[in-house]
Amino acid sequence: MTPKRKQRLILVSVMLCGVAAAAAFGVNAFRDNIMLFHSPSDVVAGAVNPGKAFRVGGMVVDGSVQRDQDSLEVRFELTDYDKTIPVSFSGILPDLFREGQGIVAMGAMDDAGTFEASEVLAKHDENYMPPEVADALERAGKMPGTAANFDSKTVVEP
Amino acid sequence: MYRLAGRLAPWFGGLCLLSLALGLYLGLVVAPADYEQGDSYRIIYIHVPAAWMSMFVYVVMATSSAIFLIWRLKIADVVAEASAPIGAAFTAVALLTGSFWGKPMWGTWWIWDARLTSELLLLFLYLGYMALRGALDTPQGSARAAAILAVVGVVNIPIIHFSVEWWNTLHQPATISKLDKPSMHISMLRPLLLMVLAFQMLYFHNLMVRLRTLILTRESRASWVAELNPETGN
Repeated sequence: MTPKRKQRLILVSVMLCGVAAAAAFGVNAFRDNIMLFHSPSDVVAGAVNPGKAFRVGGMVVDGSVQRDQDSLEVRFELTDYDKTIPVSFSGILPDLFREGQGIVAMGAMDDAGTFEASEVLAKHDENYMPPEVADALERAGKMPGTAANFDSKTVVEP
Repeated sequence: MYRLAGRLAPWFGGLCLLSLALGLYLGLVVAPADYEQGDSYRIIYIHVPAAWMSMFVYVVMATSSAIFLIWRLKIADVVAEASAPIGAAFTAVALLTGSFWGKPMWGTWWIWDARLTSELLLLFLYLGYMALRGALDTPQGSARAAAILAVVGVVNIPIIHFSVEWWNTLHQPATISKLDKPSMHISMLRPLLLMVLAFQMLYFHNLMVRLRTLILTRESRASWVAELNPETGN
């Protein structure tokens, strides 16, 4: 390699390293903002100011969904298998919304400690299988859970 | 290089059509419906290959741009220039199909989560690269400026890939990068891999055709171009 090319190679590498470092610092500084949602544990730990709008993500607790007979009002509990918070929502839920399914809700905490959701989105997992296989796994008790999507990466700040 | 591209193009094209036909048939007709998402999941057969190619093409573009910057190889610059619009098209397809998927599954067309935002940034990188090429007056200057942009932008690729692991996102984690234990049933996985192959071949085919055009445009004054048979182009 000629000295000139070597120089350019070093220049390009240094440039790339510099930009990568800058991106790493930037992305790290905005960590909290890039996080799409908080977990129920964060909320219980007081990571979010009351009255402020934010997103919360977790699993819908089995058997907790209560629908109002006369309106679109629905109440359920959301968990990250550590802490659980009650959620109320009025509107149309996505198709994938069901008990045991992961969701992300936008809204704010009210004074009673209930999360008043203005929008509920379903979060599906990375598992794809035919219904028969899902049934078989269910019977064997080996259904892959989506819990991993929620129990890591939480930001709890005092 | 011009002749080599001409000879390779039909092979890539043929392989692409073959795997596309087989992949679409297996994916849309033979593969079973998903236990949770029903038939809507089938958009994965377009979405995942397009998203994968959007990143692959960028890596090719950035690598050849680096080669061009260091060794001043003209052909590397041509490869990068030819790749940009193809990559941009793949990115747009990935974003659009993802949006069509997001509406019924998540309940929203768009959300500013880390995966979606970084993929959108990738589209802007492609568009910016193409704009920069056309913006400067001298061909050498614009080639060098665009190459620097392509090399710097490669930082975004690991961010896209790992965004679903580093941060909370609405987008689900990767299905097939876990090689030890894929999260997809084999009957659904096989057509997906075929579609990835088809998209890969589609890229190579397009790249060869565009390479020929760009080489001819750049070398239009060269004597070897004047000696080409105008009927066959060889």
